[in-house]
Amino acid sequence: MGQDYMYPEFEVVRREDRCIRCGICVKQCANGVHTWDKQNKILHIDESKCVNCQRCVCFCPVHALKIVKSEAGFRENANWDNQTMKEVYLQAKTGGVLLSSMGNPKPYPIYWDKLLINASQVTNPPIDPLREPMETRVFLGKKPATVQRDAEGKICCQLEPQLELAIPVLFSAMSYGSISYNAHASLAQAAKELGICYNTGEGGLHEDFYAYGANTIVQVASGRFGVHEDYLNAGAAIEIKMGQGAKPGIGGHLPGTKVGADISKTRMIPEGSDAISPAPHHDIYSIEDLRQLVYSLKEATRYRKPVIVKVAAVHNIAAIASGIARSGADIIAIDGFRGGTGAAPTRIRDNVGIPIELALAAVDQRLRDEGIRNQVSLIVGGSIRSSADVVKAVALGADACYVGTAALLALGCHLCRSCQTGKCNWGIATQRQELTERLDPQEGCRRLVNLMTAWKHEIKEMLGGMGINSIEALRGNRLMLRGIGLNQKELEILGVYHAGE
Amino acid sequence: MTGEKIMQSMVPMHERSNGLGGGFAGYGIYPEYRDFFALHIFFNSESSRTECETYLRTTLEIVRSETIPTRTIPEITDEPLIWRYFVTPLRSVLSSMQVDEREFMSRIVMRINTVYKGAYVFSSGKNMGVFKAVGYPEDVGRFYRLEEYEGYCWTAHGRYPTNTPGWWGGAHPFALLDYTIVHNGEISSYDANRRYIEMFGYKCTLQTDTEVITYIADYLLRKQGLTLEELANVIAAPFWSTISRREADEQQRLRYLRTVFSSLLITGPFSIVLGFEGGLMALNDRLKLRSMVVGEKEDMVYIASEESAIRVMEPELERIYAPAGGEPVIVRVKEGAY
Ligand code: SF4
Ligand code: SF4
Repeated sequence: MGQDYMYPEFEVVRREDRCIRCGICVKQCANGVHTWDKQNKILHIDESKCVNCQRCVCFCPVHALKIVKSEAGFRENANWDNQTMKEVYLQAKTGGVLLSSMGNPKPYPIYWDKLLINASQVTNPPIDPLREPMETRVFLGKKPATVQRDAEGKICCQLEPQLELAIPVLFSAMSYGSISYNAHASLAQAAKELGICYNTGEGGLHEDFYAYGANTIVQVASGRFGVHEDYLNAGAAIEIKMGQGAKPGIGGHLPGTKVGADISKTRMIPEGSDAISPAPHHDIYSIEDLRQLVYSLKEATRYRKPVIVKVAAVHNIAAIASGIARSGADIIAIDGFRGGTGAAPTRIRDNVGIPIELALAAVDQRLRDEGIRNQVSLIVGGSIRSSADVVKAVALGADACYVGTAALLALGCHLCRSCQTGKCNWGIATQRQELTERLDPQEGCRRLVNLMTAWKHEIKEMLGGMGINSIEALRGNRLMLRGIGLNQKELEILGVYHAGE
Repeated sequence: MTGEKIMQSMVPMHERSNGLGGGFAGYGIYPEYRDFFALHIFFNSESSRTECETYLRTTLEIVRSETIPTRTIPEITDEPLIWRYFVTPLRSVLSSMQVDEREFMSRIVMRINTVYKGAYVFSSGKNMGVFKAVGYPEDVGRFYRLEEYEGYCWTAHGRYPTNTPGWWGGAHPFALLDYTIVHNGEISSYDANRRYIEMFGYKCTLQTDTEVITYIADYLLRKQGLTLEELANVIAAPFWSTISRREADEQQRLRYLRTVFSSLLITGPFSIVLGFEGGLMALNDRLKLRSMVVGEKEDMVYIASEESAIRVMEPELERIYAPAGGEPVIVRVKEGAY
């Protein structure tokens, strides 16, 4: 009622002098902001429904629309800002847990932006990537502790299964269900073209995408949706999802409304039923149990696939990673607290977990201190926004990076953070046919390939500048980084010197 | 061959150093003590010497200890106490530690260099020795009276230190056991290499490229049992595109080495000479960003950054060539000659 009214967050501004009343915005906005009053032949705007996804703005043929953040709001103060107050009112009204999507939006420090990259001058020549070979290929997986030779003294070259990537980047786990068929098709095709991998997420693998198996990481999460023998054998690697950066300690919930025929088949659950992944794996209550699952999956795939264990970056991450490294896992994936999600409880997303930069630095150092860093590879995500973040992550010690949000942006996502509503106007986080049709997989693939190709060029430029001609010589090379505006403790954890030192 | 020749060769190389470090390694110079490890140690003071010697006596049998003979010359100043010890591990301690004597010795060296302040072991092999100081190499050679030593193989180095201050221990060659490294260049992979190799008990205390390269050589050759060629395939690994053009077997081998030891790839410009008991190996980085020339005459092989250094030692060469980047030049002394 009156008490619950809140002035809308955004204002939709239409320049009447430009508008030609074509009705495109009406069709484009699935939130129903724009409506056409047939009788009076006027366009109505209900800005209370607007999420600022920019769809209408992009598609208005005469650029008559803009969305601006409304100036109106409560009387804010430093402690009680608009959002906080709004959330209190919402909960007072509904009595419910608040839901949000995409990564943590709060102004916590972003350490990537406090790290600077080195370049060569005089004593060591920079290398020009246009004229000299510059290598970005990586192999993820267990490396043997000692070299074995046969009776004739020849090296036995059998390695544990490795995941080969042309650039140290993978597309992060996003399930079919949380994102659309066309979004998955775009990711799969792009991964193939780029020589990297995408990740099925926890929703199983649609039969159409088995063709991309060599570029697919199949995920096994606590709900075990869509997991069967063929599925496990279809991918290049298997990932056990223990946690997610956006919601550590929390399971998942795909509402039944999103579980249509296709998804029900892929997930192997009845149509229209809620798909709920429990917070823990109910067969993993300790590190020994994890070991059993790792080896069950290895058995099921005849030891031909590397097994990744994905965890959220939490306080004790170094010890946890050390345990995982000893559980038989080939690769550890760590997801930082700024990682994206299709839906998470707001309080969890905004308050639980730690930044990936600190987690990565701590884990890499811990594994080295224990002398087991070469027994596992490290993938980090949440959030990697650019090629510079990739370079910094590798220099801190990562073997490769998961890229989720940036990949969605390439597909059209405008980070309106309303994925949980299922009405994504960009055809990504939705299952409604009229919306998913908006994303053309061919076009999506092209844009993803463009983005990653650009990153690859930039990575090579930065490597060359440092006088390095292969990415493996950057991995863990922390002298190539300097901190800026960091305190002693932060520098110590990151294992870098301050700029000027 | 006495140390005379190699000292002469450093004269035309004067411009390539700045007087902040020079050194030599001679192999086959201690034939009468060939079964003993020769420890060359710098001490800051008498007290650090006493302290360190006490430790040595708990683990090693010292068959001879003496100061290394030097000549007082104006060019070399501020010398520390320079001692050498011919030692062998105490059998009882060795067997209780259950390691071979080389591993045993390397642990002792690592311990002195990291724990004992004011003591620094700069040579620790058998029948070989490193001689180094702050100064121009030709002066360092005269200071140590190298013309009085005779060996089958010599390496030398003049430093132009860019990233670490001049210090006696920081001069090249850098040595562990019988491995010595002289190195020209600055490697961009330093911290990646260092953080990897430190997992296996090595401690890089000097922050120099040469130190980390020495440990890499020791780790791959001694602990992993790789051959010299395989060592070259790791630290100056061929590009993936080159590997893909090799025969299937060779491809598999190179791919294996590169994948397993990816953190030991060395990038940036380098030319190194690795000395060991019985020979040496010279290697350039895979892009050949540093010069290196090899000359041959009869049973002698000369390797230098510049041809002029070789011409001083041997004006009439039979063959002279520049090896390709990443392609090791391995020279072995004939069986029994050392
Ligand atoms: S929700 Fe999106 S499409 Fe609808 S009005 Fe707002 S910006 Fe435009
Ligand atoms: S995926 Fe769609 S709903 Fe989610 S943030 Fe992006 S544009 Fe908004």
